[in-house]
Amino acid sequence: MGLLSNAAALLGKEVRTEFRSRELLSTTIVFVLIVVVLFSFTFDPTTNESHRFGPGLLWLAFLFAASLMLQTCFLREQVNDTLSALRLAVSDPFAIFLAKIGANTLFLLLTELLMLPVFAALFNVSFRGQLPGILLTFFLGSLGISVAGTALAAISAQARMRELLLPLLLLPLLAPILVASTEVTISLMAPEPFMQWKGIGFLVVFDVVFLTALWLFGEYLLEE
Amino acid sequence: MSAAAEPSIGLRFEKVDKRYGAVYALRNLTLAIAPGECVALAGRNGSGKTTLLRIASCLTRPTRGTLSYSGVTENQNSKTGFVAHATMVYDELTAEENLLFFAKLLGVANRRQRVEQLLSEVGLGERKDSLVRTFSRGMRQRVAIARALLANPSLLLFDEPATGLDPEATAWLTGYLRKLRDSGCTILMSLHGESEVARLATRAVRLDAGSVVADTRSGATFQSIFSFVGG
Repeated sequence: MGLLSNAAALLGKEVRTEFRSRELLSTTIVFVLIVVVLFSFTFDPTTNESHRFGPGLLWLAFLFAASLMLQTCFLREQVNDTLSALRLAVSDPFAIFLAKIGANTLFLLLTELLMLPVFAALFNVSFRGQLPGILLTFFLGSLGISVAGTALAAISAQARMRELLLPLLLLPLLAPILVASTEVTISLMAPEPFMQWKGIGFLVVFDVVFLTALWLFGEYLLEE
Repeated sequence: MSAAAEPSIGLRFEKVDKRYGAVYALRNLTLAIAPGECVALAGRNGSGKTTLLRIASCLTRPTRGTLSYSGVTENQNSKTGFVAHATMVYDELTAEENLLFFAKLLGVANRRQRVEQLLSEVGLGERKDSLVRTFSRGMRQRVAIARALLANPSLLLFDEPATGLDPEATAWLTGYLRKLRDSGCTILMSLHGESEVARLATRAVRLDAGSVVADTRSGATFQSIFSFVGG
């Protein structure tokens, strides 16, 4: 069975187990909602202030959500040692990473899309006409967070103090993607919105580089 | 019973060391297991039984030394079935969904038919649509065994297969392992003490501090190997 069909089967399992338990999605959505609402109380969100601070706060909330999500993605496989069963069953261990990245990106995007109207209402901003650009930025940003975060989650799952280790590694590594995503979102929320292709290019390069590194070295991250 | 459709494979550990930090789990271990043998591994906690099985399944790499399968050193995952101490199945999926999922990953032909056959063999045909989290330890162990048998493996590795099982489930497991042994599968199983399951073995090996300290094919001396362990 090929890499992609293995990854598709694994992704199907991730989605089925999550939608059956709804543990991760419900926790993350509630958490991000609380963060966005609390941020909206910190200042009076006039349109100008929202344009300046809003995107940064929004991506910070997404980063918190991602760290919650990523924490469990390999820990769940340790409960019944199912990671070993997966390693024995797949022909290429990269399929496990592809499925985890796919699931994390999907769940993160779902959370982001649900939060977008809440954010627009609370921060008095409008994305009308900029939705394709926003969706592209959310997708590339979420993919970057998931690729780098899944690799770190695999490393931290086998370490002692794993709950502390992941956020410690995650925040500095994801700073560049957070900055690029925020800058692109700011440009899309400006009074005269425009697409900042330089930022989009950076996100694409970040995603490709980390995905390639994971393809080359991912097998070693899963070893005992 | 359709296990061991392929020819059985043998195992050879050659001067294998496995070290975790400064601690040796296995030390200079050499052990050859012929195709079709049913070997019981005995030893105290920490003697290296589980490490040996995980190296045999290619889940763990030895620090030093080599492992070969009938003369071949490449990974034989597709021909190996492993029942570990943990069940290695998903609690949030039903018994059937678990087996169909792993059958798909393993590329099993006619997987629906194979899964139904295995569920019926392990006595879970009527509970196939129940979530694994609702199962007792014995029922979970049956799902784990069915998972390990999906691809008709010719090498089976069991890590304390009777742990947590009640007498009825142990009797079922013994009967099932007997069928597998008689069908020609190579079986390597770790056991804590002498038991019904241990009596299936055609050879017993005792480990101590990561090395083989006793190895016998004589049924008369099996008892001493297991009684030493405290069974």
